[in-house]
Amino acid sequence: MACLEVQGITKRFGGLVANHNISFAVRRGEILGLIGPNGAGKSTLFDVITGYYRPEAGEVRFDNHRLVGRRPDQVNRLGIGRTFQKLRPFNAMTVLENVMVAAMQHRADPLAARGEALRYLEFVELADKRDSFARDLSTGQRKRLELARAMATRPRLLLLDEVTGGVDQRTIPTLLQLIGRLREQGLTLVVIEHNMRVIMSISDRIVALHLGEVIADGPPSEVVKERRLIEAYLGDTFVVPSGGARASGDGLRGAGEGRA
Amino acid sequence: MPPGEGVEVADAGAGVVAPPSARTGWGTIFLAILLVAALAFPWVFRLPYHRDLVIRVFLYAMLAQAWNILAGYCGQISLGHAVFFGTGAYTSAVLQTTWGWNPWLGLLAGVPVAVALSQVIGYPCFRLRGHYFAIATIAIGEIVQTLAINWEFIGGARGLTLPFQKDSLLAFQFHTSKYPYYYVALVLLVLCLLVSWWIERTRLGYYFRAIREDPEAAQSVGIPVARYKLIAMAISAAFVSAGGSFYAQYVLYLDPDSVLPLSLSILICLLAVVGGVGTLWGPLVGAALLIPLSEFTRIQFGGTGRAVDLLIYGGLLTTVAVFQPAGLVGLLRR
Repeated sequence: MACLEVQGITKRFGGLVANHNISFAVRRGEILGLIGPNGAGKSTLFDVITGYYRPEAGEVRFDNHRLVGRRPDQVNRLGIGRTFQKLRPFNAMTVLENVMVAAMQHRADPLAARGEALRYLEFVELADKRDSFARDLSTGQRKRLELARAMATRPRLLLLDEVTGGVDQRTIPTLLQLIGRLREQGLTLVVIEHNMRVIMSISDRIVALHLGEVIADGPPSEVVKERRLIEAYLGDTFVVPSGGARASGDGLRGAGEGRA
Repeated sequence: MPPGEGVEVADAGAGVVAPPSARTGWGTIFLAILLVAALAFPWVFRLPYHRDLVIRVFLYAMLAQAWNILAGYCGQISLGHAVFFGTGAYTSAVLQTTWGWNPWLGLLAGVPVAVALSQVIGYPCFRLRGHYFAIATIAIGEIVQTLAINWEFIGGARGLTLPFQKDSLLAFQFHTSKYPYYYVALVLLVLCLLVSWWIERTRLGYYFRAIREDPEAAQSVGIPVARYKLIAMAISAAFVSAGGSFYAQYVLYLDPDSVLPLSLSILICLLAVVGGVGTLWGPLVGAALLIPLSEFTRIQFGGTGRAVDLLIYGGLLTTVAVFQPAGLVGLLRR
């Protein structure tokens, strides 16, 4: 059953069409990987879904709620949490306060929110950093902080923008473990990710965007064979006319790691 | 236990970390001494000049703290707070001179008027970010002052003189001795500090700070940013308005130049910035330093024209900005 439905979303910035007639559905409990080269419109789509941008056309439905026209805070209160590509922790607040602010949506009392926030910090293994200021954390730690902050609003759907971007290689397994544990708890996830090895391994399904349009939608094993996707990432010279298995597998991996 | 839907966390974590109120001790004792000193002051210093000076410190500290609720905690830099000061002053004065209202009722009536005005101003202006919001508030301040100058009903450019009455608490006039004014100002200041203290410790304060840090991220965790900015504006305007009513009653004369000037808006901001923006004690520290300093420089160098006291002022500000951008309160924290 569909948890989130994106229906014909078009978003323009002046003459630039960032999203053009994008449609896909996210099933409850699955991890959907959203991929595409830089400028494909992935983060724009997140901003449309969560109410930061109003699309020119289309509708987004979440558990029978229409999302277009709602403010970001209203979207969050319906049960959608998100992180940002360019990290946005509350820098002059401590790690614990960052998460407390989010937890206060359900627990107005600071002491209760504090207790709840600590649990989320333990979950992302940041509890020992609780009294540090958010601006003093490393990139990997800030990613985990944003994750804890998003989770503290008790979402049913999480939109994660670039989980491993800018994070050193050793930290990646920790982040992937976290995502796996989120799924175990029944959360639905949409993940934007440039590291192809990562996204192919964690996703149940992949939606690929290129120049604002959906060019592939399906299980990872099928999407990698998609000719337009290989073209989008590597240019058409990499596409071997028939079959194309060698080019697609190796080529995609190479492209992903180049970006990570 | 991992978090998730429906996870019970009611008894979680309480007591794991000490709540913020736990770090008391010396602070409480110091506060008690400060309060006793403030209460005893008029009985030790009997010259009207000293009392007047401290009354002004209290008044401006209260205004700066009220500004701090909006600008320091919530991050919305207003340079038009004189509007609310003038609203309070004019509302109570007009009610008294035109309809014979009791000045205390006038003070109370000014608060909702200023709060309503703050919402009318805030609703469109909060769409503007950072500097643009500050500029808009300057423009509104200028507009309101111009309107007041040309509005004959409230005295226009001539201003309003409040009727002289015999000393009484009910009439809000004390001429033989200024000490009741002193206590009224002290009560207003303490009230404003208490409200700020309360804000810091509740969800309101956390939300304000989150909005100051990053409004978009604040929205992403479900905070209705526009509504909370308006709440901050309302609380701030309420106190500034009460301060304005007090001022009108204290001086018994007001005109657009004394209660609505841009310089007043900037002074309010200045005191908080020098003392420490976004802190509970910063505005009071700033006022306690700058108000006597400006009096002193005016007396010492007043005859040389307005420039010298302003030069010292400017020099001090620059020093604080360069060496202690967190304000003087930041020094104590080191």
